[in-house]
Amino acid sequence: MALELKSTQFRREREGTWRELEKLVERAEKSGVETLDGASLTRLPTLYRATLSSLSVARAVSLDRNLLDYLEALCARAYLSVYGVRERPGPLLAAFFAWRLPMAVRAAWRHIAVSTVVMIAGAVAAWWLTMSDPTYYGSFMGGMEQGRNFQSTPEQLREQLHHTASGGQLGAFAAYLFSHNAGIGMLSFALGFALGVPTVVLIFYNGLTLGAFVALYQSKGLLVEVVGWLSIHGPTELTALVLAGAAGLKLATAILFADREPRLARLARDGRDAAVIVMGAVLMLLIAGLLEGIGRQTILGTLPRMILGWSVWVAIVAYFSLAGRARR
Amino acid sequence: MTDAAIPLPAGGKMMRSVVTPEGVAVHIKLATLGERFSALMIDFLILVATMVALALLSLAVGGYLGWTAFVLLLFLLRAFYFSGFELAWNGRTPGKRMTSLRVINRRGGPLTPAAVIARNLMREVELFVPLSLALSAGSVGLSGGWTWLASMIWVGVLVCLPIFNRDRLRAGDMIGGTWVVVEPKPVLLPDLAEAEQNRQSVRETEAYRFTTEQLDVYGVKELQVLEDVLRSGSAASSEVRHDIAERIARKIGTSPPIPNDLETTRFLEAFYAAQRRRLEAELSFGRRRRDKFDKVSRTPTRSG
Repeated sequence: MALELKSTQFRREREGTWRELEKLVERAEKSGVETLDGASLTRLPTLYRATLSSLSVARAVSLDRNLLDYLEALCARAYLSVYGVRERPGPLLAAFFAWRLPMAVRAAWRHIAVSTVVMIAGAVAAWWLTMSDPTYYGSFMGGMEQGRNFQSTPEQLREQLHHTASGGQLGAFAAYLFSHNAGIGMLSFALGFALGVPTVVLIFYNGLTLGAFVALYQSKGLLVEVVGWLSIHGPTELTALVLAGAAGLKLATAILFADREPRLARLARDGRDAAVIVMGAVLMLLIAGLLEGIGRQTILGTLPRMILGWSVWVAIVAYFSLAGRARR
Repeated sequence: MTDAAIPLPAGGKMMRSVVTPEGVAVHIKLATLGERFSALMIDFLILVATMVALALLSLAVGGYLGWTAFVLLLFLLRAFYFSGFELAWNGRTPGKRMTSLRVINRRGGPLTPAAVIARNLMREVELFVPLSLALSAGSVGLSGGWTWLASMIWVGVLVCLPIFNRDRLRAGDMIGGTWVVVEPKPVLLPDLAEAEQNRQSVRETEAYRFTTEQLDVYGVKELQVLEDVLRSGSAASSEVRHDIAERIARKIGTSPPIPNDLETTRFLEAFYAAQRRRLEAELSFGRRRRDKFDKVSRTPTRSG
């Protein structure tokens, strides 16, 4: 009998391990890693590492291409199922709220500052222009007038501010506001990819409508009431839009100012943080939608509206600036 | 041992190596644009079908309740269909699962939820904005034709982004730091050299023996071509095998086998086993003879 090849011997000794890993990975792929029993689950990483070392050895001793291809594919496959999305939903959410979100927001303070300035600039510009010439109002509001314009009498406008509706209608209204605003927030993040220009335009535009709206009510002598009306949801909603815009700007700066890092690596790093901020913004918009859709229709006094709206805002800001500081 | 010494598995330009946390490079094949488009179409059809079902359901429920549920579910579907599945199914959506694709971390670590969410938030401008722009083509009067055209061009550039880079990254992949790869399928075939050894032990013939000089004619590349021929079984016709056996015999200066199928196959298998033994022995000294043009290193080794 001819002397056995080293590579053949190598294969004979280890094939059992590979086959076992192959079966285990297939089961994990079909019905999820969590369906594996405890014994298999502890076996998986051991088998994976053994096979990975087989691959290294095979590259050095074997010229059997099918064997090399097989080990390559098996290792890749096992690698994908061993290092997939690992976290369970519970701890994942806990980590998100405990430190991931507030840390991402704090790290983006420059972008948030720019985003805030752009929105305020939009608001001031529209307010000033509308106060000096009411015909600007229509062009700033676009299709969002909803019957509120300079032809309305102060009584009609006041009626709008204190309008109430039935329960079912409130829920529907809140749902609509939330999905509409969250859509805008996600869009201003994604538009950051175009070097941030459309994002800045979008934030500025949000500021414009705010400024023109306030100008309308102020010119009719309803400043305090409109501030109360806006206060209940406005601080939370506008802050969320500022954050989403800041996330978009973060993408833009990652592309424009990559510093020493390769541009793609920088984009991937900042992109993930930006996505975390957008998720935070979407949650804030959910809160704002509830405040606006339900809170504003049931709480009609100007002072209670202000107290509720601003205390929610203060709580959110405190959370962003204080939570997760203990970590690292 | 350097990476350059490791022959890449078949797949050429689309192969990428990922260094696992254990420090071993494994090779994975990137998905082609066609594969990704089919996966997207499947997901898109599922999305549309679900949306239609939701609309019908909310009509059946009716009233504010139906409408509220519809608006919220529609938003959740649009925002989290892709990321939800990719989180739950380890980088796969139903469409990717059907086309054996998977999202992975480009740098080799675990796929993080933030990466999944980031790559799918970009669909907002890569998928949903182009769609609504295309649908609004009829009513462009609102925003003006030029604005519409400019947005369309910009979105077009964004959508075509994967064509313009080697890794087929769309904007979302750039932001998430991800690759979309083909699920590797491991298939282990019997060892050809072992088959040859068994045959020799049973029949105890040593009809085909080769000298070191004869085995130094070819290199690894030729060995693996021969492996392909032997593994292709019936696919390589007997004429092809005869032809190859004769060419090898001529090249190494030995007499060709008796031209029948059995003897040809035995000759080729014996030559494969001997050649592999020789090259693997050389490999263990750190010398990899890539192909027949590579220089021969002279060391005394046993050969079969």
